[in-house]
Amino acid sequence: MSNFTRRRLLKTSAVAGGALALPTIFTSRAHAFTNEPTGDTVMLGFNVPQSGAYADEGADQLRAYELAVEHLNGTGADNGMLETFRYADGSRTVLTGNGILGKRVEYVTGDTQTNTDASRASARSMIEKDGAVMITGGSSSGVAVAVQALCQEAGVMFMAGLTHANDTTGKDRRANGFRHFFNSYMSGAALAPVLANAYGADRKAYYLTADYNWGYTTEQAISEATEGVGWETVNKVLTPLGQGDFSSYLTPVLGSGADTLVLVHYGGDMVNSLTNAVQFGLREAQANGKDFQIVVPLFSRLMARGAGENIKGIFGSTNWHWSLPDEASQVFTRSFGTKYGFPPSQAAHTVYCQTLLYADAVERAGSFNPCAVVEALEGDDSLPGIDSASNRGFVFDGLGNGPTLYRAADHQCFKDVLVVRGKEEPESEFDLLEVVEVTPVAQVWYEPDHPQFAGGQLGECNPGA
Amino acid sequence: MLGLNRKDLTLFLVVLGLVVFAPFLLNPFPDASGLARFNAGYPDLMQRFVIFGIFAIGFNILFGLTGYLSFGHAAFLGIGSYAGVWMMKLLTVNIVPAIIASTVIAGLASLVIGFICLRRSGIYFSILTLAFAQMSFALAYSVLTPITAGESGLQLSLSDPRILDGAAGNSIPAVNFFGITMRDGFDWAMGGWVFTFNFGYYFCATLMLVAFYLSIRIFRSPFGMMLRAVKSNQQRMNYTGLNPKPYTLAAFVISGMYAGLAGGLMVAVDPLAGADRMFWTASGEVVLMTILGGAGTLIGPVLGAGMIKYFENIFSRLNERDLNAMFDFLPDGLQGAAVAVAQMFVGDGWLLTLGLMFMLVVIFLPGGLVEGGQRIARLFRRKRPARRGPDSDRRSPQPSPHPGE
Repeated sequence: MSNFTRRRLLKTSAVAGGALALPTIFTSRAHAFTNEPTGDTVMLGFNVPQSGAYADEGADQLRAYELAVEHLNGTGADNGMLETFRYADGSRTVLTGNGILGKRVEYVTGDTQTNTDASRASARSMIEKDGAVMITGGSSSGVAVAVQALCQEAGVMFMAGLTHANDTTGKDRRANGFRHFFNSYMSGAALAPVLANAYGADRKAYYLTADYNWGYTTEQAISEATEGVGWETVNKVLTPLGQGDFSSYLTPVLGSGADTLVLVHYGGDMVNSLTNAVQFGLREAQANGKDFQIVVPLFSRLMARGAGENIKGIFGSTNWHWSLPDEASQVFTRSFGTKYGFPPSQAAHTVYCQTLLYADAVERAGSFNPCAVVEALEGDDSLPGIDSASNRGFVFDGLGNGPTLYRAADHQCFKDVLVVRGKEEPESEFDLLEVVEVTPVAQVWYEPDHPQFAGGQLGECNPGA
Repeated sequence: MLGLNRKDLTLFLVVLGLVVFAPFLLNPFPDASGLARFNAGYPDLMQRFVIFGIFAIGFNILFGLTGYLSFGHAAFLGIGSYAGVWMMKLLTVNIVPAIIASTVIAGLASLVIGFICLRRSGIYFSILTLAFAQMSFALAYSVLTPITAGESGLQLSLSDPRILDGAAGNSIPAVNFFGITMRDGFDWAMGGWVFTFNFGYYFCATLMLVAFYLSIRIFRSPFGMMLRAVKSNQQRMNYTGLNPKPYTLAAFVISGMYAGLAGGLMVAVDPLAGADRMFWTASGEVVLMTILGGAGTLIGPVLGAGMIKYFENIFSRLNERDLNAMFDFLPDGLQGAAVAVAQMFVGDGWLLTLGLMFMLVVIFLPGGLVEGGQRIARLFRRKRPARRGPDSDRRSPQPSPHPGE
């Protein structure tokens, strides 16, 4: 290479220049929207945490996604909730187990690492390399918000998985993003009356809050809701995500004058903080002449299993529980249990529903174009019993939560919320939570411009190319 | 030409060629084949290659020349990113102000941090920079949430002022360079291959070439010589009456600006700035890149950056299905065993693979991948004179080893 003459340089650069000029004669492939499926398959991207504090939830979500794909393709042992999925008028879903619009469903998976940069890199590779037309997942609200914004920019659909913070459909809502899971506000609205009933209306609460997006909005929602029933907030302390040992945060609790501890933690964090709190003897303690109590706003069976004995008698809220008696829940639990040998978690349920809801919307729209799908998911029905101008959207039933509204104004699902308690005498290793109350949707209803959700705009749907 | 000697010019042209033809070079396998999983020629990863290339080139100016090991360079990457997103939010979604601001502000931050940290050298310097980086991370993650949006990351929104852009309508305008959208590009389908040409990539690649050129000039300048003097014997330099502090500080600021430029480019191609990119592991990553490629060499950091990003994005995404497809040719029992063994090294285990590679490189090739390349080149060179006759080379003057290789 060392005898690089002027002549050779000229030749090389001429070739390079020619090569550079060549591609200009090729134009973009004429697609109506990003990653339009052209073959006989359609690619979906499942972006979940496979490492970190939420890895358990991520693994369970992947199982549910695989199950949903089997059901959509008609290759599973049964048809799962395709059998129970109903529209507002009572008619069955148009999905038949023949793929989506006749195209076989394929998928790629990615690890979000519960990290915004990693999750976006993973989602971008799904969109740019694998040609995914829809991204779903995210077991952390920060990740969900970041990936939702990415999907909006890239022009693909985002079906949020396990994300509970208000911001996902509040301040950071996007036209291409939809959330089936409930949110912090709904948890607060459902929990506060039950807590006031059980523990009295003059409690003093101490908050330990996971230091990120979800923690902030949940802390705000729970404190505002409980202050509404007469509770007092003594102190709010932020704790880092993924903290192994919470003892140093628990030491000041008893001396603070509080008689209730609210653990705004999820996943592995909640298992650790609750275990620490119980080891500290907080549950046997007395404060202000009352028994000391612990509350965990967002519960899941996976966390209950991790926390073991410590969970007994503790109140929380959940999106769905496998022991629900309705037909759809039973069908889903049976289907999941047959394949994997244990019942599904709420995380598994919500992502299964999201996959079906997406497929159904595509089928009804007759196109994978995000704008058509958005229109189909925004629907034009309303929930009975709620008198509000914003009560418009796509109403469906038979996915385990009773009649549910996908609200057009902010792409948030409205459905009944479950208040649960750790079971004192579990009958099996999966029977850890009992449903205390099914809070009707009217009680957790809010307007899209509620202060906890204000500041967001959906914008226009973006089909990309 | 360009003020470079012939050897540097060759090196520069090789890098130029690699960068220009990356969409072909990184997509060697046809789309339909099972090996297509190993293709890296998609915009996101190609952009990452060149952006982290810039980051590592800058880091190498400090570490490779002066020997000061900074463990906090990710802080400047993050500062650059936040500055860039704020420019897009306040001024315009044209990336030019964003990139200028990210470079300048990261430069200012590195001036302050460098001024303090450079009072010490060796391990104390490393610890100080690490402390500053972790402080910046904590600030971005929770304390300065109104400015940095905390964990969910700072992103564009419809209600941003964007005073230079005027009314945008009902959707967030796409990030662009004087009207050319960064996300834009075209595909070129040829045979079984689909090559993706992306404007964002070529924009970043151009800046990387500029950064690479500047780094060559710095390496060959009297200033670069001073920096090497700092590395080889700072005390002797003091005795000769030279004050090393301004030189090291200048190197620190230059490498900080390179990091800021990389941070600005990251948000130019993907407008979200998250605190995670300031975490200490990100600082460690650039150290790994530089050492893996070859610290103190010109092209080493670029190779190291490419290597690590490839592992991070390709190996980490391989799963059991891909492995089963890969080992399909083996008999059933062997296939199961091969997949079980290979599975430890892909997916979650990609860090294990990288760790092993890093160990091998550090033990057997202390000069990094560049040394590996040189050894191979030497093997070929040694054979040639033998054919021409004994000792024909020895009598003529030997070319002195190239200090930048």
